[in-house]
Amino acid sequence: MELTGYRRPDGRVGFRNHVLILPTVLCCSQVAEKISRRVPGTVSLPNNSGCALLGRDHEVFSRTIINAARHPNIAATLVIGLGCERFTAPNIAGAIEKYGKPVKYLSVQESGGTLKTLEEGVKIAGEMAAEAAGIKREPVNVSDLSVGLKCGGSDPASGISANPAVGAAVDKIIDAGGTAVMGEIDECIGAEHLMAANAVNEQVGRDIIDVVARFEERCRMFGADLSSDQPSLGNVEAGLTTIEEKSLGCFRKIGSRPFVQVVDYAEIPEKHGPILMNTPGFDVTCISGLAAGGCQVILFTTGLGTPVGVSLAPTIKISTNTALYDKMKDNIDIDCGPVLDGRETVLAAGERIFDLIIEVCNGRLTQAELLEENLFSIWTTTTTL
Amino acid sequence: MDDTLTKSIVLNENDDVAVALTDLAAGTVIDIRYGNASQRITLRDNIKRMHKFALRDIEKGRQIIKYGQSIGMATAGIKEGEHVHSHNLVSIRGQTSKPAV
Repeated sequence: MELTGYRRPDGRVGFRNHVLILPTVLCCSQVAEKISRRVPGTVSLPNNSGCALLGRDHEVFSRTIINAARHPNIAATLVIGLGCERFTAPNIAGAIEKYGKPVKYLSVQESGGTLKTLEEGVKIAGEMAAEAAGIKREPVNVSDLSVGLKCGGSDPASGISANPAVGAAVDKIIDAGGTAVMGEIDECIGAEHLMAANAVNEQVGRDIIDVVARFEERCRMFGADLSSDQPSLGNVEAGLTTIEEKSLGCFRKIGSRPFVQVVDYAEIPEKHGPILMNTPGFDVTCISGLAAGGCQVILFTTGLGTPVGVSLAPTIKISTNTALYDKMKDNIDIDCGPVLDGRETVLAAGERIFDLIIEVCNGRLTQAELLEENLFSIWTTTTTL
Repeated sequence: MDDTLTKSIVLNENDDVAVALTDLAAGTVIDIRYGNASQRITLRDNIKRMHKFALRDIEKGRQIIKYGQSIGMATAGIKEGEHVHSHNLVSIRGQTSKPAV
């Protein structure tokens, strides 16, 4: 099957062609959302953060929104600012412009309120969307593809059916020169020794051990047991008892090829291959980091079911069991239950997932896209002022 | 083929536990096969679909193996065929309120 996409000025390839309406801060997220609702071809990114951030959190926030605008699924960006925030609309637009993509900005305080910003914003977004519509798809390669991997609402079948099947699809992508990124550092705890042993060199192996150790150290700093919510109550009810057990099923979705790099939250990897990103396990916060880091498609396995999708990238949901697929078809794109029932091999399910990824890249809408699941949540780890 | 073979799965030859693939009642006799090894187990508890049961007696304080790896420690003596879950298995790594060892 031919793969087509939109080649961007930086050489990366998009599989969607959205105009991004990017609020600089939570305070004007609803204004951005209202502009997006009025202009087809646009997508807004709900910003849960943006102000009153300390140190590392401000750095992570800035990187996340700049890299979101740089995302290859995005053709152009309209930044919507408030005016009194730390990282203002003109500064953010200036940072985005350096990467060679069309960008404009408005500030609610300068425009004179919500209604005036809406009027101007709809006009600008409409012009940007019309221009983006002229960009044509062209043949591209699987080596241009980067998939983000997540399991959420896990059950014990995650590690038996859906995650190994995703792993088989990932092996195929990696062998073709592509990239796969997994996060959920808390869900590596108890499996990181196996991941480190499968690193391309000793340094990457040490980076894997270190990123997990730092996550544990942060839990320790708060004096709390990780096990109070990891596994979650729903995971435990489903039969997962400990974080070690959950992790040993979780990491199977990255497949069998060696890790080539560890990156921080929302960082764009320099290398092609299996990547570990420093993200929390919390679903939307994790996939937001993976998407901002350049993943054009998210593969999301689930045993309990979830509606979530991230605004930058089509999110493909993969059920671990057929009972869930039958119950929540509107939220699930593909079922790995047949693996659990012994009716299909892991490799065959991996082939089905791979084929669906290509179809989605070529334009087939995911269930999360059809239901307009445009979530986004940026990770904060210290305190809000 | 005995249909009890399809009612549970063992993920690694070194595992202490099997995963039920369907709801299983206490007293059910299960034939387990992994590679060339086979075993017959009588369940001591009701085991819900996707929950774990012990393939052998496990002493209190011993690490419990699934996927061929430690998934935590037995907080009580566990008998073959018994349900293995939060009441008798605790995470070692999840106890971050304690100093790292």
